[in-house]
Amino acid sequence: MSRVQTSEGTAEGNSDTAPDNAHTDTAYDVSVSNSNGQIVLHPEILLYESLIKNLAADGYQMCVDLCGVDYYKNLTRKLPNGVKAERFELVINFLDLLGKRRIRVRVQLPEDDPKVPSISMIYPGAEAMEREASDMFGFVFEGHPDPTPILLPEGWVGHPLRKDFSMGRIPVQFKAVEGR
Amino acid sequence: MSTLEHLRNREAILRISESEAENRAEVIDPDDERMIINMGPQHPSTHGVLRVTMELQGETVLRSKPIIGYLHTGMEKTAEDLTFLQGPTNVTRMDYAAPLFTELVYSLAVEQLLDIEIPERATWIRMLMCELNRMSSHLLFLATNGMDLGSVGMMIYGWREREEVLRFFEKVTGLRMNHNYIRPGGVAADLPDNWQSDVREILDILPDRLEQFDVLMTGQPIWRDRTQGVGVITAEEAIALGATGPILRSTGYAWDTRRTMPYLAYDKVDFDIVVGSYGDTFDRYAIRLNEIRESMKIVEQCLDMMPKGPYRVEDRKVTPPPRARIDESMEALIHHFKIFTEGYKVPAGEVYTSVESPRGELGCYLVSDGGSKPQRMHIRAPSFVNLQTLPHMMHGGLLADAVAVISSIDPIMGEVDR
Repeated sequence: MSRVQTSEGTAEGNSDTAPDNAHTDTAYDVSVSNSNGQIVLHPEILLYESLIKNLAADGYQMCVDLCGVDYYKNLTRKLPNGVKAERFELVINFLDLLGKRRIRVRVQLPEDDPKVPSISMIYPGAEAMEREASDMFGFVFEGHPDPTPILLPEGWVGHPLRKDFSMGRIPVQFKAVEGR
Repeated sequence: MSTLEHLRNREAILRISESEAENRAEVIDPDDERMIINMGPQHPSTHGVLRVTMELQGETVLRSKPIIGYLHTGMEKTAEDLTFLQGPTNVTRMDYAAPLFTELVYSLAVEQLLDIEIPERATWIRMLMCELNRMSSHLLFLATNGMDLGSVGMMIYGWREREEVLRFFEKVTGLRMNHNYIRPGGVAADLPDNWQSDVREILDILPDRLEQFDVLMTGQPIWRDRTQGVGVITAEEAIALGATGPILRSTGYAWDTRRTMPYLAYDKVDFDIVVGSYGDTFDRYAIRLNEIRESMKIVEQCLDMMPKGPYRVEDRKVTPPPRARIDESMEALIHHFKIFTEGYKVPAGEVYTSVESPRGELGCYLVSDGGSKPQRMHIRAPSFVNLQTLPHMMHGGLLADAVAVISSIDPIMGEVDR
């Protein structure tokens, strides 16, 4: 059954983004939702670190992916009850190699202070991914062992994947080469 | 937690900034004779533009840090400005040695958001093409790995065999690389007439050639000396660092998404997962060589089991109508016009899909806000994550072995930097 929307049928699309009352379940003491058949946890920032520790203890051995999302002004997206939409989201995918299961964590980060604890002490593999999210969105990972730019050159101003960093309008920032 | 402490206590990562590394480069510390050198970004064995800052004591590598970003072109940003139909043209340029896999993972994500089922033939064509691509990618690895370790003849042989596969790709997709062949809804075109004989020809040529590689490298004492026991990593370390693909399998951990979490029709074909036992450079080489043989098995089965039918969904909102229909039907013309100007709209939502690329788990995190362009498209690049194992593998080894270790990770910088 196809759910493709035509350009005429956008009214239906808007109702999709309203909060769904059916999702009030919790798992690991945080709100949980089902996104296209995948389990998603929605912790508050304060509960984030303890949730990650719980997941690690529960057999999710690998932090597969960590990235940021900028929803900008799209604050009406579908979230479980009690989760307040913020501009930024930090999205982390975990994998349990023995149990063959996946789980996703989405943390809401406010625009004025996108700060979370680093999880690279629990998952060393998250180190590079946190550096990337920090480059691209300006997230601050507290306690990160190596908070240097990874994909951008040192001293780059701005965070390219933010929606207000427009394409093609910003001059390329060259580094001065001394002695030339 | 002991693995974590072990990784931390080893102090394999050189945590200094780029400018500090520049200032301290090639100055020998008089107290402990340590020196920092930069390898790359234009070293022949760094596979493009990888730069590794290494701390040496004599010829021994102590701490190191891969410095990347020289190929960063903001492809994830570009994706936000392309419609879902145009998306594959962008992502195919990430992993240029295995472009079909990135197209596949992107298409799977879009299809899951659209909630459409693709025809069986499209699934099998995708599987056939991806396995051929895995072969060409691993052949390229054999070529570069051989070259890095001094077997220059191997470079020519690897490229030659890869070309056999690329010639078939050119016939099917029109291009040797950057195909834009796998698209949301199916594939761009059906397989050409007599494709079976072309594939059969590849399958006939390769076994002999692979045996020649065995003679040239696998059983050869010099090759074994250069690779065995070099760049060792354990399964626990690989998992903690997020490493997947041949690196994880070389430690003896049989994790292959094709088998453990099947997608496409991998549960219907028979193949083995190749694992190593020591987690060294030799195991990673041998795994890739033997994975070519396993891929050939799958391709063989695709030849026999290829179903008939459409090669893309018949939903005219997603795939354009056949050319002839446009002359007859006003509606077909409208659909065609809409798809190529505005694009189709994808329901709001987010999804993560993953496939087993030649380098490990390749993932795509896709967010749609209900429009015809993604709100966010993120590719989980296996090379990017796998590179984190580099300092741990090189720690305590010789500088000459660093080249072997970098080569055995098989990083594709287009995918690392995106």
